[in-house]
Amino acid sequence: MSRILATGITEFRISFRNRWVLIATGMMVLFALVLAAAGSAPTGDVGVDRLSVTVASLTSLAVYLVPLLALLMSFDAVAGEVERGTLPLLLTYPVSRLEILLGKLLAHLAILALAVTLGYGAALVVAIWSDPGAIEGIGSLWRLIWSSVLLGATFLGAGYALSALARRPSGAAGLAIALWLVAVVLYDLSLLALIVTDGGGAFTTQALPIALLANPADAFRVFNLSAGEAVAAAGGIGGAAGAVPLWQSATSLFAWPLLAIALALAAFRKVTP
Amino acid sequence: MTPTLTISRLTKHFHSVEALNQVSLSLQPGKRAALLGHNGAGKSTMMKIILGLIPFDSGDVTVCGEAPGSAAARMQVAYLPENVAFHPALTGEEQIRHYLSLRGENPRNAPELLARVGLAHAARRRIGTYSKGMRQRVGLAQTLIGRPRLLVLDEPTSGLDPVSRRDFYDLLDGLSADGTTILLSSHVLTEVEARTDSILILSGGQLVAEGTLADLRARAALPIMLLVRPAAAHAAPLAAAFPEAVVGADGLLRISCAQAQKLPLLARITARGADVADFDVIPPSLEDIYSHFSRRDGQ
Ligand SMILES: Nc1ncnc2c1ncn2[C@@H]1O[C@H](COP(=O)(O)OP(=O)(O)OP(=O)(O)O)[C@@H](O)[C@H]1O
Ligand SMILES: [Mg+2]
Repeated sequence: MSRILATGITEFRISFRNRWVLIATGMMVLFALVLAAAGSAPTGDVGVDRLSVTVASLTSLAVYLVPLLALLMSFDAVAGEVERGTLPLLLTYPVSRLEILLGKLLAHLAILALAVTLGYGAALVVAIWSDPGAIEGIGSLWRLIWSSVLLGATFLGAGYALSALARRPSGAAGLAIALWLVAVVLYDLSLLALIVTDGGGAFTTQALPIALLANPADAFRVFNLSAGEAVAAAGGIGGAAGAVPLWQSATSLFAWPLLAIALALAAFRKVTP
Repeated sequence: MTPTLTISRLTKHFHSVEALNQVSLSLQPGKRAALLGHNGAGKSTMMKIILGLIPFDSGDVTVCGEAPGSAAARMQVAYLPENVAFHPALTGEEQIRHYLSLRGENPRNAPELLARVGLAHAARRRIGTYSKGMRQRVGLAQTLIGRPRLLVLDEPTSGLDPVSRRDFYDLLDGLSADGTTILLSSHVLTEVEARTDSILILSGGQLVAEGTLADLRARAALPIMLLVRPAAAHAAPLAAAFPEAVVGADGLLRISCAQAQKLPLLARITARGADVADFDVIPPSLEDIYSHFSRRDGQ
Protein backbone atom coordinates (compact mmCIF):
# COMPACT_ATOMS: atom_id res chain seq x y z
CA MET A 1 0.00 0.00 0.00
CA SER A 2 2.76 2.46 0.90
CA ARG A 3 4.46 1.60 -2.40
CA ILE A 4 1.27 2.44 -4.31
CA LEU A 5 1.04 5.71 -2.42
CA ALA A 6 4.71 6.55 -3.03
CA THR A 7 4.30 5.84 -6.76
CA GLY A 8 1.12 7.92 -6.79
CA ILE A 9 2.83 10.90 -5.15
CA THR A 10 5.75 10.77 -7.57
CA GLU A 11 3.44 10.42 -10.58
CA PHE A 12 1.30 13.30 -9.38
CA ARG A 13 4.40 15.45 -9.05
CA ILE A 14 5.49 14.54 -12.59
CA SER A 15 2.01 15.31 -13.99
CA PHE A 16 1.99 18.59 -12.12
CA ARG A 17 5.39 19.58 -13.56
CA ASN A 18 4.23 18.53 -17.03
CA ARG A 19 1.30 20.96 -16.60
CA TRP A 20 -1.22 18.14 -16.83
CA VAL A 21 -3.06 19.29 -13.73
CA LEU A 22 -3.36 22.76 -15.20
CA ILE A 23 -4.42 21.57 -18.65
CA ALA A 24 -7.03 19.12 -17.33
CA THR A 25 -8.63 21.51 -14.86
CA GLY A 26 -8.42 24.41 -17.29
CA MET A 27 -10.20 22.47 -20.02
CA MET A 28 -12.93 21.17 -17.71
CA VAL A 29 -13.61 24.58 -16.13
CA LEU A 30 -13.65 26.34 -19.48
CA PHE A 31 -16.07 23.95 -21.14
CA ALA A 32 -18.29 23.68 -18.06
CA LEU A 33 -18.57 27.47 -17.85
CA VAL A 34 -19.48 27.74 -21.51
CA LEU A 35 -22.21 25.11 -21.07
CA ALA A 36 -23.50 26.67 -17.85
CA ALA A 37 -23.71 30.06 -19.50
CA ALA A 38 -25.62 28.57 -22.41
CA GLY A 39 -27.91 26.66 -20.02
CA SER A 40 -28.68 29.72 -17.89
CA ALA A 41 -30.63 31.39 -20.66
CA PRO A 42 -34.30 31.53 -19.69
CA THR A 43 -35.75 28.11 -20.52
CA GLY A 44 -39.27 28.76 -19.24
CA ASP A 45 -41.27 25.66 -18.48
CA VAL A 46 -38.92 22.66 -18.61
CA GLY A 47 -40.28 21.83 -15.19
CA VAL A 48 -36.97 20.89 -13.58
CA ASP A 49 -34.43 22.97 -11.72
CA ARG A 50 -31.77 24.75 -13.70
CA LEU A 51 -28.90 22.66 -12.34
CA SER A 52 -30.45 19.42 -13.61
CA VAL A 53 -30.56 20.91 -17.08
CA THR A 54 -26.92 21.92 -16.75
CA VAL A 55 -26.04 18.41 -15.54
CA ALA A 56 -27.62 16.94 -18.65
CA SER A 57 -25.43 19.07 -20.89
CA LEU A 58 -22.37 18.49 -18.66
CA THR A 59 -22.98 14.76 -19.13
CA SER A 60 -22.71 15.14 -22.90
CA LEU A 61 -19.54 17.14 -22.40
CA ALA A 62 -18.01 14.61 -20.02
CA VAL A 63 -18.65 11.74 -22.41
CA TYR A 64 -16.16 13.32 -24.82
CA LEU A 65 -13.79 15.17 -22.54
CA VAL A 66 -13.20 12.74 -19.67
CA PRO A 67 -12.10 9.81 -21.89
CA LEU A 68 -9.92 12.21 -23.90
CA LEU A 69 -8.17 13.58 -20.82
CA ALA A 70 -7.78 10.08 -19.37
CA LEU A 71 -6.21 8.73 -22.56
CA LEU A 72 -3.91 11.74 -22.92
CA MET A 73 -2.66 11.27 -19.37
CA SER A 74 -2.20 7.52 -19.60
CA PHE A 75 -0.77 6.71 -23.03
CA ASP A 76 2.78 7.53 -21.87
CA ALA A 77 2.58 5.52 -18.63
CA VAL A 78 4.43 2.38 -19.74
CA ALA A 79 5.75 3.38 -23.18
CA GLY A 80 7.32 6.51 -21.72
CA GLU A 81 9.19 4.49 -19.09
CA VAL A 82 10.38 2.08 -21.79
CA GLU A 83 11.55 4.93 -24.03
CA ARG A 84 13.28 6.86 -21.24
CA GLY A 85 14.94 3.65 -20.06
CA THR A 86 13.62 4.00 -16.52
CA LEU A 87 11.69 0.72 -16.55
CA PRO A 88 14.51 -1.83 -16.03
CA LEU A 89 15.68 -0.18 -12.81
CA LEU A 90 12.13 0.24 -11.52
CA LEU A 91 11.37 -3.44 -12.09
CA THR A 92 14.34 -4.51 -9.96
CA TYR A 93 12.72 -2.84 -6.95
CA PRO A 94 10.50 -4.86 -4.63
CA VAL A 95 7.35 -3.43 -6.18
CA SER A 96 4.89 -5.47 -8.26
CA ARG A 97 3.67 -4.40 -11.67
CA LEU A 98 0.14 -4.14 -10.28
CA GLU A 99 1.38 -1.74 -7.61
CA ILE A 100 3.11 0.38 -10.25
CA LEU A 101 -0.09 0.57 -12.31
CA LEU A 102 -2.27 1.31 -9.28
CA GLY A 103 0.12 4.05 -8.17
CA LYS A 104 -0.12 5.72 -11.56
CA LEU A 105 -3.88 5.24 -11.56
CA LEU A 106 -4.12 6.87 -8.15
CA ALA A 107 -2.28 9.98 -9.33
CA HIS A 108 -4.15 10.28 -12.61
CA LEU A 109 -7.52 9.70 -10.94
CA ALA A 110 -6.74 12.38 -8.39
CA ILE A 111 -6.04 14.82 -11.22
CA LEU A 112 -9.22 13.85 -13.06
CA ALA A 113 -11.28 14.14 -9.88
CA LEU A 114 -9.82 17.57 -9.24
CA ALA A 115 -10.52 18.67 -12.80
CA VAL A 116 -14.13 17.48 -12.95
CA THR A 117 -14.92 18.77 -9.45
CA LEU A 118 -13.59 22.22 -10.27
CA GLY A 119 -15.23 22.21 -13.70
CA TYR A 120 -18.65 21.05 -12.53
CA GLY A 121 -18.29 23.23 -9.44
CA ALA A 122 -17.86 26.26 -11.67
CA ALA A 123 -21.04 25.30 -13.53
CA LEU A 124 -22.83 24.92 -10.16
CA VAL A 125 -21.78 28.42 -9.11
CA VAL A 126 -23.12 29.86 -12.36
CA ALA A 127 -26.41 27.94 -12.05
CA ILE A 128 -27.02 28.99 -8.44
CA TRP A 129 -26.11 32.57 -9.23
CA SER A 130 -28.80 32.83 -11.87
CA ASP A 131 -31.35 30.71 -9.94
CA PRO A 132 -30.88 30.02 -6.19
CA GLY A 133 -33.38 27.15 -6.43
CA ALA A 134 -30.87 25.26 -8.57
CA ILE A 135 -29.25 23.90 -5.38
CA GLU A 136 -31.96 21.20 -5.42
CA GLY A 137 -30.10 19.52 -8.27
CA ILE A 138 -26.89 19.10 -6.23
CA GLY A 139 -27.48 15.34 -5.98
CA SER A 140 -27.29 14.87 -9.74
CA LEU A 141 -24.09 16.94 -9.83
CA TRP A 142 -22.51 14.76 -7.16
CA ARG A 143 -23.51 11.66 -9.13
CA LEU A 144 -21.96 13.17 -12.24
CA ILE A 145 -18.67 13.74 -10.40
CA TRP A 146 -18.18 10.22 -9.13
CA SER A 147 -19.43 8.58 -12.31
CA SER A 148 -17.02 10.78 -14.28
CA VAL A 149 -14.18 9.49 -12.10
CA LEU A 150 -15.27 5.90 -12.82
CA LEU A 151 -15.44 6.66 -16.55
CA GLY A 152 -11.97 8.20 -16.28
CA ALA A 153 -10.65 5.10 -14.51
CA THR A 154 -11.86 2.92 -17.40
CA PHE A 155 -10.08 4.99 -20.02
CA LEU A 156 -6.98 5.37 -17.86
CA GLY A 157 -6.80 1.59 -17.63
CA ALA A 158 -7.36 1.29 -21.38
CA GLY A 159 -4.63 3.89 -21.93
CA TYR A 160 -2.17 1.90 -19.79
CA ALA A 161 -3.03 -1.24 -21.72
CA LEU A 162 -2.40 0.49 -25.07
CA SER A 163 0.78 2.02 -23.67
CA ALA A 164 2.08 -1.41 -22.68
CA LEU A 165 1.05 -2.95 -26.01
CA ALA A 166 2.65 -0.22 -28.15
CA ARG A 167 5.89 0.13 -26.11
CA ARG A 168 6.61 3.43 -27.90
CA PRO A 169 4.94 6.69 -26.90
CA SER A 170 4.21 7.65 -30.53
CA GLY A 171 2.50 4.34 -31.23
CA ALA A 172 0.64 4.50 -27.93
CA ALA A 173 -0.61 8.02 -28.72
CA GLY A 174 -1.94 6.85 -32.08
CA LEU A 175 -3.72 3.90 -30.50
CA ALA A 176 -5.18 6.13 -27.78
CA ILE A 177 -6.63 8.58 -30.31
CA ALA A 178 -8.02 5.66 -32.33
CA LEU A 179 -9.66 4.20 -29.23
CA TRP A 180 -11.20 7.57 -28.36
CA LEU A 181 -12.59 8.00 -31.87
CA VAL A 182 -14.05 4.51 -31.96
CA ALA A 183 -15.43 4.29 -28.42
CA VAL A 184 -16.73 7.83 -28.08
CA VAL A 185 -17.54 9.06 -31.59
CA LEU A 186 -17.94 6.27 -34.15
CA TYR A 187 -19.73 3.88 -31.80
CA ASP A 188 -22.53 6.36 -31.17
CA LEU A 189 -22.72 7.41 -34.80
CA SER A 190 -23.19 3.85 -35.96
CA LEU A 191 -25.79 3.22 -33.23
CA LEU A 192 -27.68 6.30 -34.39
CA ALA A 193 -27.52 5.14 -37.99
CA LEU A 194 -28.85 1.74 -36.97
CA ILE A 195 -31.68 3.28 -34.96
CA VAL A 196 -32.71 5.40 -37.93
CA THR A 197 -32.72 2.51 -40.42
CA ASP A 198 -34.34 0.19 -37.88
CA GLY A 199 -37.24 2.60 -37.26
CA GLY A 200 -38.23 1.32 -33.80
CA GLY A 201 -37.90 -2.35 -34.70
CA ALA A 202 -36.13 -5.26 -33.03
CA PHE A 203 -32.75 -3.54 -32.95
CA THR A 204 -33.97 -0.53 -30.98
CA THR A 205 -35.84 -2.57 -28.42
CA GLN A 206 -33.54 -5.60 -28.00
CA ALA A 207 -29.97 -4.91 -29.10
CA LEU A 208 -29.68 -1.21 -28.35
CA PRO A 209 -29.74 -1.48 -24.53
CA ILE A 210 -27.00 -4.13 -24.65
CA ALA A 211 -24.98 -2.04 -27.08
CA LEU A 212 -25.25 0.94 -24.73
CA LEU A 213 -24.15 -1.08 -21.71
CA ALA A 214 -21.23 -2.60 -23.59
CA ASN A 215 -19.62 0.80 -24.12
CA PRO A 216 -18.42 2.51 -20.92
CA ALA A 217 -19.02 5.97 -22.35
CA ASP A 218 -22.62 5.16 -23.25
CA ALA A 219 -23.20 3.42 -19.93
CA PHE A 220 -22.01 6.62 -18.25
CA ARG A 221 -24.33 8.77 -20.32
CA VAL A 222 -27.32 6.49 -19.83
CA PHE A 223 -26.66 6.24 -16.10
CA ASN A 224 -26.55 9.98 -15.56
CA LEU A 225 -29.48 10.77 -17.81
CA SER A 226 -31.81 8.11 -16.44
CA ALA A 227 -30.84 8.88 -12.84
CA GLY A 228 -31.49 12.58 -13.39
CA GLU A 229 -34.83 14.03 -14.22
CA ALA A 230 -33.70 15.71 -17.39
CA VAL A 231 -33.84 12.82 -19.83
CA ALA A 232 -36.14 14.82 -21.99
CA ALA A 233 -33.56 17.56 -22.23
CA ALA A 234 -31.11 15.23 -23.93
CA GLY A 235 -31.58 14.12 -27.48
CA GLY A 236 -29.98 11.44 -29.64
CA ILE A 237 -28.69 8.32 -27.95
CA GLY A 238 -29.59 9.83 -24.59
CA GLY A 239 -33.21 9.51 -25.52
CA ALA A 240 -32.84 5.73 -25.24
CA ALA A 241 -31.67 6.06 -21.65
CA GLY A 242 -35.09 5.29 -20.26
CA ALA A 243 -34.96 1.80 -21.78
CA VAL A 244 -32.03 0.73 -19.58
CA PRO A 245 -32.61 0.04 -15.87
CA LEU A 246 -30.44 2.10 -13.56
CA TRP A 247 -28.80 -0.89 -11.86
CA GLN A 248 -27.60 -2.18 -15.22
CA SER A 249 -25.89 1.03 -16.25
CA ALA A 250 -24.43 1.35 -12.73
CA THR A 251 -23.03 -2.20 -12.96
CA SER A 252 -21.44 -1.43 -16.31
CA LEU A 253 -19.99 1.76 -14.88
CA PHE A 254 -18.36 -0.10 -11.98
CA ALA A 255 -17.29 -3.19 -13.93
CA TRP A 256 -15.46 -1.41 -16.74
CA PRO A 257 -12.65 0.09 -14.61
CA LEU A 258 -11.86 -3.35 -13.16
CA LEU A 259 -11.81 -4.92 -16.60
CA ALA A 260 -9.64 -2.13 -18.00
CA ILE A 261 -7.09 -2.43 -15.16
CA ALA A 262 -7.01 -6.21 -15.60
CA LEU A 263 -6.30 -5.73 -19.32
CA ALA A 264 -3.60 -3.17 -18.53
CA LEU A 265 -1.94 -5.53 -16.07
CA ALA A 266 -2.00 -8.40 -18.55
CA ALA A 267 -0.41 -6.19 -21.22
CA PHE A 268 2.17 -4.75 -18.78
CA ARG A 269 3.18 -8.26 -17.65
CA LYS A 270 4.17 -9.01 -21.25
CA VAL A 271 6.65 -6.12 -21.38
CA THR A 272 10.25 -7.29 -20.93
CA PRO A 273 12.58 -4.37 -20.31
CA MET B 1 29.64 -20.15 3.55
CA THR B 2 26.79 -20.28 1.07
CA PRO B 3 27.49 -18.21 -2.01
CA THR B 4 25.42 -15.06 -2.58
CA LEU B 5 25.19 -15.79 -6.28
CA THR B 6 25.35 -19.13 -8.04
CA ILE B 7 25.05 -19.59 -11.77
CA SER B 8 25.36 -22.95 -13.44
CA ARG B 9 25.37 -23.74 -17.15
CA LEU B 10 23.44 -20.59 -17.98
CA THR B 11 22.50 -20.30 -21.66
CA LYS B 12 20.61 -17.50 -23.37
CA HIS B 13 19.80 -16.91 -27.04
CA PHE B 14 18.37 -13.81 -28.69
CA HIS B 15 16.98 -15.29 -31.90
CA SER B 16 20.17 -16.29 -33.73
CA VAL B 17 22.58 -14.54 -31.33
CA GLU B 18 24.05 -16.73 -28.62
CA ALA B 19 24.41 -14.15 -25.84
CA LEU B 20 25.45 -16.61 -23.09
CA ASN B 21 26.68 -20.15 -23.47
CA GLN B 22 27.03 -22.58 -20.52
CA VAL B 23 28.23 -19.95 -18.06
CA SER B 24 28.90 -21.17 -14.51
CA LEU B 25 30.20 -19.15 -11.59
CA SER B 26 29.61 -18.44 -7.93
CA LEU B 27 30.33 -15.46 -5.70
CA GLN B 28 30.94 -15.62 -1.96
CA PRO B 29 29.65 -12.95 0.43
CA GLY B 30 31.84 -9.84 0.60
CA LYS B 31 33.67 -10.57 -2.65
CA ARG B 32 34.16 -7.97 -5.36
CA ALA B 33 34.17 -9.51 -8.82
CA ALA B 34 34.84 -7.69 -12.06
CA LEU B 35 33.16 -8.85 -15.24
CA LEU B 36 35.27 -8.06 -18.30
CA GLY B 37 34.65 -8.71 -21.97
CA HIS B 38 34.43 -7.16 -25.39
CA ASN B 39 31.36 -5.21 -26.54
CA GLY B 40 28.55 -7.68 -27.00
CA ALA B 41 30.25 -10.36 -24.88
CA GLY B 42 27.09 -10.82 -22.84
CA LYS B 43 27.92 -8.90 -19.67
CA SER B 44 24.75 -6.82 -19.51
CA THR B 45 22.66 -9.81 -20.55
CA MET B 46 24.07 -11.84 -17.66
CA MET B 47 23.32 -9.04 -15.21
CA LYS B 48 19.75 -8.67 -16.44
CA ILE B 49 19.24 -12.40 -15.97
CA ILE B 50 20.61 -12.21 -12.42
CA LEU B 51 18.06 -9.47 -11.71
CA GLY B 52 15.23 -11.46 -13.26
CA LEU B 53 14.58 -8.76 -15.89
CA ILE B 54 14.85 -11.17 -18.82
CA PRO B 55 14.20 -14.91 -18.98
CA PHE B 56 16.91 -17.43 -19.87
CA ASP B 57 16.86 -20.60 -21.93
CA SER B 58 18.51 -23.11 -19.65
CA GLY B 59 20.70 -23.46 -16.59
CA ASP B 60 20.24 -22.48 -12.95
CA VAL B 61 20.55 -19.10 -11.27
CA THR B 62 20.23 -18.61 -7.50
CA VAL B 63 20.42 -15.16 -5.95
CA CYS B 64 20.68 -15.01 -2.14
CA GLY B 65 19.08 -18.46 -2.09
CA GLU B 66 16.09 -17.28 -4.13
CA ALA B 67 14.97 -17.35 -7.75
CA PRO B 68 16.15 -14.31 -9.72
CA GLY B 69 13.53 -11.57 -9.86
CA SER B 70 11.41 -13.07 -7.06
CA ALA B 71 10.13 -10.64 -4.47
CA ALA B 72 12.54 -12.06 -1.87
CA ALA B 73 15.50 -11.69 -4.22
CA ARG B 74 14.59 -8.15 -5.21
CA MET B 75 14.61 -7.12 -1.53
CA GLN B 76 18.28 -8.08 -1.31
CA VAL B 77 19.71 -7.03 -4.66
CA ALA B 78 20.50 -3.55 -5.94
CA TYR B 79 21.21 -2.74 -9.58
CA LEU B 80 22.82 0.00 -11.60
CA PRO B 81 21.88 -0.32 -15.29
CA GLU B 82 24.47 0.52 -17.91
CA ASN B 83 22.66 3.62 -19.20
CA VAL B 84 20.88 4.69 -16.07
CA ALA B 85 17.98 7.09 -16.64
CA PHE B 86 15.50 8.96 -14.48
CA HIS B 87 12.49 11.14 -15.09
CA PRO B 88 13.92 14.55 -16.01
CA ALA B 89 11.14 16.44 -14.21
CA LEU B 90 12.07 15.07 -10.77
CA THR B 91 14.84 16.44 -8.58
CA GLY B 92 17.58 14.11 -7.39
CA GLU B 93 16.16 14.20 -3.89
CA GLU B 94 12.60 13.41 -5.00
CA GLN B 95 13.84 10.48 -7.10
CA ILE B 96 15.82 9.02 -4.21
CA ARG B 97 12.92 9.58 -1.80
CA HIS B 98 10.74 7.56 -4.17
CA TYR B 99 13.23 4.71 -4.33
CA LEU B 100 13.60 4.74 -0.54
CA SER B 101 9.82 4.40 -0.15
CA LEU B 102 9.72 1.51 -2.63
CA ARG B 103 12.28 -0.33 -0.49
CA GLY B 104 10.32 0.44 2.68
CA GLU B 105 13.01 2.80 4.00
CA ASN B 106 12.55 6.26 5.45
CA PRO B 107 12.44 8.83 2.61
CA ARG B 108 14.13 11.35 4.91
CA ASN B 109 17.43 9.58 4.31
CA ALA B 110 17.56 10.89 0.75
CA PRO B 111 19.84 13.91 1.41
CA GLU B 112 22.29 11.75 3.32
CA LEU B 113 22.47 9.21 0.45
CA LEU B 114 23.03 11.96 -2.09
CA ALA B 115 25.73 13.46 0.11
CA ARG B 116 27.52 10.09 0.13
CA VAL B 117 27.91 10.28 -3.65
CA GLY B 118 28.85 13.97 -3.59
CA LEU B 119 25.55 15.33 -4.90
CA ALA B 120 24.39 17.28 -1.84
CA HIS B 121 24.71 20.61 -3.64
CA ALA B 122 22.46 19.53 -6.55
CA ALA B 123 19.87 17.51 -4.60
CA ARG B 124 17.12 20.07 -5.18
CA ARG B 125 17.75 20.51 -8.90
CA ARG B 126 15.86 18.62 -11.58
CA ILE B 127 17.65 15.57 -12.95
CA GLY B 128 17.01 16.95 -16.44
CA THR B 129 19.64 19.59 -15.68
CA TYR B 130 22.26 17.11 -14.44
CA SER B 131 25.45 16.17 -16.29
CA LYS B 132 26.03 12.53 -17.27
CA GLY B 133 28.32 11.93 -14.30
CA MET B 134 25.77 13.46 -11.94
CA ARG B 135 23.05 11.14 -13.25
CA GLN B 136 25.45 8.25 -12.78
CA ARG B 137 25.88 9.32 -9.15
CA VAL B 138 22.11 9.34 -8.61
CA GLY B 139 22.21 5.79 -9.97
CA LEU B 140 24.94 4.88 -7.50
CA ALA B 141 23.09 6.54 -4.61
CA GLN B 142 20.03 4.37 -5.22
CA THR B 143 22.13 1.20 -5.03
CA LEU B 144 23.15 2.14 -1.48
CA ILE B 145 19.54 2.07 -0.23
CA GLY B 146 18.97 -0.41 2.56
CA ARG B 147 21.64 -3.01 3.02
CA PRO B 148 21.66 -5.02 -0.22
CA ARG B 149 23.47 -8.35 -0.05
CA LEU B 150 24.31 -8.24 -3.73
CA LEU B 151 25.19 -5.21 -5.84
CA VAL B 152 25.04 -5.64 -9.60
CA LEU B 153 26.71 -2.66 -11.27
CA ASP B 154 26.84 -2.41 -15.07
CA GLU B 155 29.76 -0.13 -15.98
CA PRO B 156 29.40 1.91 -12.78
CA THR B 157 32.35 4.20 -13.42
CA SER B 158 31.38 5.25 -16.94
CA GLY B 159 31.07 9.03 -16.98
CA LEU B 160 32.81 9.51 -13.63
CA ASP B 161 35.88 11.73 -13.36
CA PRO B 162 39.12 10.18 -12.00
CA VAL B 163 38.65 11.45 -8.45
CA SER B 164 35.04 10.25 -8.33
CA ARG B 165 36.16 6.84 -9.58
CA ARG B 166 38.54 6.54 -6.67
CA ASP B 167 35.83 7.68 -4.23
CA PHE B 168 33.46 5.16 -5.78
CA TYR B 169 35.87 2.26 -5.23
CA ASP B 170 36.46 3.45 -1.66
CA LEU B 171 32.69 3.23 -1.17
CA LEU B 172 32.71 -0.33 -2.56
CA ASP B 173 35.55 -1.31 -0.21
CA GLY B 174 33.43 -0.23 2.73
CA LEU B 175 30.40 -2.15 1.48
CA SER B 176 32.29 -5.36 0.78
CA ALA B 177 33.92 -5.14 4.21
CA ASP B 178 30.36 -5.23 5.58
CA GLY B 179 29.67 -8.42 3.62
CA THR B 180 28.02 -7.08 0.47
CA THR B 181 28.87 -9.08 -2.64
CA ILE B 182 29.67 -6.92 -5.64
CA LEU B 183 29.53 -7.85 -9.31
CA LEU B 184 30.58 -5.04 -11.61
CA SER B 185 31.40 -4.81 -15.27
CA SER B 186 33.99 -2.45 -16.63
CA HIS B 187 36.16 -1.68 -19.63
CA VAL B 188 38.78 0.11 -17.51
CA LEU B 189 41.29 -2.59 -16.64
CA THR B 190 43.59 -0.57 -14.37
CA GLU B 191 40.87 0.27 -11.84
CA VAL B 192 39.63 -3.31 -11.86
CA GLU B 193 43.16 -4.57 -11.20
CA ALA B 194 43.59 -2.65 -7.97
CA ARG B 195 40.10 -2.68 -6.53
CA THR B 196 38.51 -6.10 -7.04
CA ASP B 197 39.11 -9.58 -5.66
CA SER B 198 38.53 -11.61 -8.77
CA ILE B 199 38.15 -11.23 -12.49
CA LEU B 200 35.68 -12.95 -14.82
CA ILE B 201 36.25 -12.67 -18.54
CA LEU B 202 33.37 -13.29 -20.93
CA SER B 203 34.05 -13.71 -24.62
CA GLY B 204 31.34 -14.37 -27.16
CA GLY B 205 28.98 -15.48 -24.40
CA GLN B 206 31.42 -17.92 -22.80
CA LEU B 207 33.23 -17.53 -19.51
CA VAL B 208 36.82 -17.93 -20.73
CA ALA B 209 38.69 -17.05 -17.54
CA GLU B 210 37.98 -16.74 -13.84
CA GLY B 211 40.26 -16.03 -10.91
CA THR B 212 42.46 -13.45 -9.22
CA LEU B 213 44.72 -11.36 -11.38
CA ALA B 214 47.75 -13.36 -10.13
CA ASP B 215 46.04 -16.62 -11.18
CA LEU B 216 45.30 -15.28 -14.61
CA ARG B 217 48.78 -13.90 -15.03
CA ALA B 218 50.26 -17.31 -14.22
CA ARG B 219 47.78 -19.17 -16.43
CA ALA B 220 48.35 -16.89 -19.40
CA ALA B 221 52.15 -17.38 -19.13
CA LEU B 222 52.71 -14.51 -21.48
CA PRO B 223 56.30 -13.62 -22.55
CA ILE B 224 58.22 -10.90 -20.79
CA MET B 225 59.78 -8.08 -22.76
CA LEU B 226 63.31 -6.86 -22.06
CA LEU B 227 64.43 -3.51 -23.38
CA VAL B 228 68.20 -3.12 -23.75
CA ARG B 229 69.84 0.24 -24.48
CA PRO B 230 73.28 -0.17 -26.07
CA ALA B 231 76.12 2.06 -24.90
CA ALA B 232 77.22 4.73 -27.40
CA ALA B 233 78.89 3.14 -30.46
CA HIS B 234 78.28 -0.39 -29.13
CA ALA B 235 75.00 -1.02 -30.94
CA ALA B 236 76.39 -3.30 -33.65
CA PRO B 237 78.23 -5.81 -31.43
CA LEU B 238 75.26 -5.94 -29.04
CA ALA B 239 72.80 -6.62 -31.82
CA ALA B 240 75.07 -9.35 -33.13
CA ALA B 241 75.15 -10.99 -29.70
CA PHE B 242 71.35 -11.10 -29.50
CA PRO B 243 70.11 -12.24 -32.90
CA GLU B 244 66.60 -12.82 -31.47
CA ALA B 245 66.24 -9.12 -30.57
CA VAL B 246 64.28 -6.63 -32.64
CA VAL B 247 66.05 -3.31 -33.02
CA GLY B 248 63.67 -0.39 -32.92
CA ALA B 249 64.03 2.98 -34.63
CA ASP B 250 64.99 4.38 -31.24
CA GLY B 251 68.04 2.08 -31.17
CA LEU B 252 66.63 -0.05 -28.34
CA LEU B 253 66.81 -3.84 -28.53
CA ARG B 254 63.52 -5.59 -27.71
CA ILE B 255 63.86 -9.17 -26.56
CA SER B 256 60.82 -11.25 -25.79
CA CYS B 257 61.27 -14.27 -23.53
CA ALA B 258 59.24 -16.80 -21.56
CA GLN B 259 59.11 -16.51 -17.76
CA ALA B 260 61.50 -19.41 -17.30
CA GLN B 261 64.08 -17.85 -19.64
CA LYS B 262 64.20 -14.56 -17.78
CA LEU B 263 67.22 -15.23 -15.54
CA PRO B 264 69.44 -16.89 -18.18
CA LEU B 265 68.72 -13.97 -20.50
CA LEU B 266 69.59 -11.49 -17.76
CA ALA B 267 72.90 -13.30 -17.25
CA ARG B 268 73.66 -13.01 -20.96
CA ILE B 269 72.91 -9.29 -20.90
CA THR B 270 75.04 -8.53 -17.86
CA ALA B 271 77.85 -10.59 -19.43
CA ARG B 272 78.04 -8.01 -22.22
CA GLY B 273 79.42 -5.55 -19.69
CA ALA B 274 80.26 -2.19 -21.23
CA ASP B 275 78.12 -2.81 -24.36
CA VAL B 276 74.98 -2.20 -22.30
CA ALA B 277 74.03 1.28 -21.09
CA ASP B 278 70.72 0.34 -19.43
CA PHE B 279 67.89 -2.17 -19.53
CA ASP B 280 64.26 -2.55 -18.43
CA VAL B 281 62.08 -5.57 -17.75
CA ILE B 282 58.47 -5.13 -18.83
CA PRO B 283 56.02 -7.74 -17.48
CA PRO B 284 52.91 -8.52 -19.56
CA SER B 285 50.38 -5.73 -19.06
CA LEU B 286 46.85 -6.22 -17.90
CA GLU B 287 45.70 -5.49 -21.45
CA ASP B 288 47.96 -8.29 -22.72
CA ILE B 289 46.51 -10.77 -20.22
CA TYR B 290 42.98 -9.64 -20.99
CA SER B 291 43.41 -9.93 -24.75
CA HIS B 292 45.05 -13.31 -24.34
CA PHE B 293 41.88 -14.72 -22.74
CA SER B 294 39.35 -12.61 -24.57
CA ARG B 295 40.69 -13.45 -28.02
CA ARG B 296 41.26 -17.11 -27.34
CA ASP B 297 37.81 -18.09 -28.49
CA GLY B 298 37.92 -16.01 -31.60
CA GLN B 299 36.54 -12.51 -31.73
N1 LIG C 1 17.12 -7.41 -26.47
C1 LIG C 1 18.00 -7.99 -27.30
N2 LIG C 1 17.58 -8.48 -28.48
C2 LIG C 1 18.45 -9.08 -29.32
N3 LIG C 1 19.76 -9.23 -29.08
C3 LIG C 1 20.25 -8.75 -27.92
C4 LIG C 1 19.39 -8.11 -26.96
N4 LIG C 1 20.15 -7.74 -25.91
C5 LIG C 1 21.40 -8.13 -26.18
N5 LIG C 1 21.47 -8.74 -27.39
C6 LIG C 1 22.68 -9.32 -28.00
O1 LIG C 1 23.33 -10.13 -27.03
C7 LIG C 1 24.73 -9.98 -27.10
C8 LIG C 1 25.27 -9.56 -25.74
O2 LIG C 1 24.85 -8.24 -25.45
P1 LIG C 1 25.20 -7.52 -24.08
O3 LIG C 1 24.42 -6.26 -24.02
O4 LIG C 1 25.03 -8.48 -22.98
O5 LIG C 1 26.75 -7.17 -24.27
P2 LIG C 1 27.75 -6.47 -23.27
O6 LIG C 1 28.78 -7.47 -22.91
O7 LIG C 1 27.02 -5.83 -22.16
O8 LIG C 1 28.40 -5.35 -24.21
P3 LIG C 1 28.87 -3.86 -23.89
O9 LIG C 1 30.26 -3.94 -23.37
O10 LIG C 1 28.85 -3.20 -25.23
O11 LIG C 1 27.91 -3.25 -22.93
C9 LIG C 1 24.98 -8.96 -28.21
O12 LIG C 1 25.32 -9.65 -29.38
C10 LIG C 1 23.66 -8.26 -28.37
O13 LIG C 1 23.49 -7.86 -29.69
MG1 LIG D 1 26.71 -3.93 -21.57
